[in-house]
Amino acid sequence: MMVSEDVLTQHNLTESEYQKIVAILKREPTITELGIFSVMWSEHCSYKSSRVHLRRLPTRGAAVLQGPGENAGIIDIGDGLAVAFKIESHNHPSFIEPFQGAATGVGGILRDIFTMGARPIAAMNSLRFGPLDKQQNKRILEGVVGGIAFYGNCFGVPTVGGEVYFSESYSQNPLVNAFALGIFEKDKIFYGRAHGVGNPVIYVGAKTGRDGIHGATMASAGFGEDAGAKRPNVQIGDPFMEKLLLEACLEAMQKGLIVGIQDMGAAGLTCSSCEMGARAGTGVELDLDVVPQRETGMTAYEIMLSESQERMLLVAEKSNEKAVFDVFHKWGLDAVTVGRVTNDGLLRVRHQGHIVAEIPNGALADDAPVYQRPLLPPKSIMSSRLDDYSFLDGCEPALVETFLSENNDWNKLLTIAVSSPNLSSRRWVWQQYDHMVQSNTLLGPGSDAAAVRVKGTKKALAMTLDGPAYRVARNPREGAKMAVAEACRNIVCSGGRPLAATNCLNFGNPEHPEVMWQFSEVVDGMAEACDSFGTPITGGNVSFYNETFGGDIYPTPVLGMVGLIEDLSLVTGSSFRESGDSIVLVEPVSRLVGKVNLEDERAVQNLVAAAIRDGLIRSAHDVSEGGLAVAIAECCYSNLQRPAIGAEINVPSSLEIRKDLFGEFSSRVLLTTRDAAELRKRAERTGLKFHDIGKVGGSRLILNYENLRVADIRVDELETAWSEGLPKLLS
Amino acid sequence: MKFGVVIFPGSNCEQDCYYAIGTVLGKPVEYIWHQETSVKGFDAVVLPGGFAYGDYLRTGALAKFSPVMKAIADFAKKGGLVFGICNGFQILTEAGLLAGALLRNVGLKYLCKFEYLRTETTDTPYTNLMHKGQVLRIPIGHGDGNFFADADTLKRIEDNDQVVFRYTDAKGNVTPEANPNGSLNNIAGIVNEQRNVLGMMPHPDRSYESILGSADGKLIFESMVNALVTK
Repeated sequence: MMVSEDVLTQHNLTESEYQKIVAILKREPTITELGIFSVMWSEHCSYKSSRVHLRRLPTRGAAVLQGPGENAGIIDIGDGLAVAFKIESHNHPSFIEPFQGAATGVGGILRDIFTMGARPIAAMNSLRFGPLDKQQNKRILEGVVGGIAFYGNCFGVPTVGGEVYFSESYSQNPLVNAFALGIFEKDKIFYGRAHGVGNPVIYVGAKTGRDGIHGATMASAGFGEDAGAKRPNVQIGDPFMEKLLLEACLEAMQKGLIVGIQDMGAAGLTCSSCEMGARAGTGVELDLDVVPQRETGMTAYEIMLSESQERMLLVAEKSNEKAVFDVFHKWGLDAVTVGRVTNDGLLRVRHQGHIVAEIPNGALADDAPVYQRPLLPPKSIMSSRLDDYSFLDGCEPALVETFLSENNDWNKLLTIAVSSPNLSSRRWVWQQYDHMVQSNTLLGPGSDAAAVRVKGTKKALAMTLDGPAYRVARNPREGAKMAVAEACRNIVCSGGRPLAATNCLNFGNPEHPEVMWQFSEVVDGMAEACDSFGTPITGGNVSFYNETFGGDIYPTPVLGMVGLIEDLSLVTGSSFRESGDSIVLVEPVSRLVGKVNLEDERAVQNLVAAAIRDGLIRSAHDVSEGGLAVAIAECCYSNLQRPAIGAEINVPSSLEIRKDLFGEFSSRVLLTTRDAAELRKRAERTGLKFHDIGKVGGSRLILNYENLRVADIRVDELETAWSEGLPKLLS
Repeated sequence: MKFGVVIFPGSNCEQDCYYAIGTVLGKPVEYIWHQETSVKGFDAVVLPGGFAYGDYLRTGALAKFSPVMKAIADFAKKGGLVFGICNGFQILTEAGLLAGALLRNVGLKYLCKFEYLRTETTDTPYTNLMHKGQVLRIPIGHGDGNFFADADTLKRIEDNDQVVFRYTDAKGNVTPEANPNGSLNNIAGIVNEQRNVLGMMPHPDRSYESILGSADGKLIFESMVNALVTK
């Protein structure tokens, strides 16, 4: 063969993949073509290791207007409106260059949403870092949060929620998953399809530079010592440019000027052009000489593979070409016709008078190799030591010892728990995010689920991200079910009905059979749970090769669940409301740790949903990490409506005090009500356990256990410990 | 009565202002593109929050050159109501329509949170429905809200009763802890000498309805309506 082994390695292509390329082209590829194949067939773009498994996920449902395969999934929310949403990873760039890596992650997901014609109205993010006693992890956290704030705030989308977890597992491989959601009229959806032979293909937005070349390939390999040297592969974000692009695209769509549109994300011009052609069954011809360029002397290879941000490719009717230019020029943006739609199904690229690439679109977009990689359950199973208290994962070992051995001072244990890395307040993080712009935020960061009203209707949207990675690492199948269950529970506790979800599947090296086994198990668990709750997966992203120095991260599926709150009056917060309200705990009869009984879970959620609808519920909070004691503390802290408030609780005893206070049993909710009798009746009728555990009031949190007062602490003191936990670790 | 909301490239709170005035107050409102050279027909002009021109240079430093700014300066000179919120405030100081400057927050971080503001004067078209000392709860969302002015200027705006809002605690006490960004004298908003141009960092356009956490911001828009009606 003409191409050396070195060149193939640089392109992350195998010998057999190369042979397949030769077979498709019936000749040796040019270097530009090799570059194009390498990005389109990268794990990141082609899903070659995950595709066979992803097919098992449910993707259809009554509300689903668009499932996986487009820029984002779309669901119907009634009133003639639809919602587009998706989550995507930007893990690799964020490790190499945290600020820009995270910023461009936000930029990419926002483009996915407005490419379809939807105006982004909410963003969230799910972040994982190594423990903060390492300077490097601090630097990554500060950079990532700064980058998300920089991009989202300037763009003008409220960042309304998310999660931040710490574990040693992410020390050399942080996870940055960005979610965005947009809203539009359901008959005004735009797709990435290059229809209409002869139509101009128009390039809009930022100029093309040498940044981000091979970003998709980078995201498809692990890191070693040379991670820092890959910094030039990370793109630079310009949220101002993106904001202009948003307004210009929506204006051009509104005016009916656009036939098809796709953003240039991973694999840039290559991916957008061949995918648009493949979806429409057409060819696309590009002339690279007219592509707006930021640097001189760029080769065809560089132009095709650049991942410069804030660019879009669109197809318009020939007669509307000038009108499209006018809209983009109004917003001060480049708009240039760089090619046209053809009928031959080929991606044909011209540069300086030569044809530098000529490849069937379908071969690039749909004929990527599909691997049925070997699966093998791991030989060594992770220790079960922290199963009852998973939040301790990520704590210093000394703290874990104290927590597990202290038997008298429960005030101290409660304080340790609420100020621990995984349970302390995330205010330091989300205060840097504009979470109020667009003036729709009803429940913001720190809530079980975020709630955003839909202007012009009585409705609101609830959304949450959940990825209980420790549980998944311990048992991938059950952990994945728990992720779905918890996400649905968060939506229900906020007054919503879960409709559909997007997933970001962050895993280690798929060439490790243990990782592929985890992946397969997670898909099966997620499929089972999504079926059970009637919440299809409408799209998402797979991120493999999350490994550094050969160590795979925890399998970390993050679920982004979206629900509908039918009426603003049903929006329910987690905080206790008023003195005198009864506090009740509802749970299944059999207590489970690290797994979930989906039938029980549904029963709990149905009870909560109906009780909220009937006006019985004052507040609702999902009981998860840190168990009952931590959940109660969280409901007591001060909020916008009131100062800190106390509660006196008789903790139900069944096992041993530590577990009864802090044990993380599945499918539990903490409610307040003024009609405990009615709630009890309903719970018992459905076979659930109901505990009337106390009353809201005073300024202290008092926990009684078997008639002994075991904890008694001022809520404001506890709140201070909770608030200062994260800033202390960062100082 | 007609309100105008200016759109600069990079504005991102224009829809919030538009909704607060148009839907919540039910008053006529229209957008004004920054390339417009006239604001004829408008009775009040709002410069919304956002990141005009990305704030890549000093905030507001580029927006002041937009053609509409000359029209707005003339409009202000003739007594028209000009209200800059957040980035709009920054633009008004850059354009010389308001005194002082907005520097980086002392903590060097963008901050989004609710604050308490004390109404320092009711003698403005923006506060005529409040009582002096009334504490409002209105959120901030900015990275450059640290109000600064040289000593003479500061003395002048204080002496002229041009300080409209100060950051305080819930009880209305001006304390260092209540100051989120390092602003001199806890200043959150000021008017010009003629009292018809207001700039404030906090967002009444995010606090016009109780479901958003507070409806106090609505009082400012209602005061404007009141001023226009009784003019």
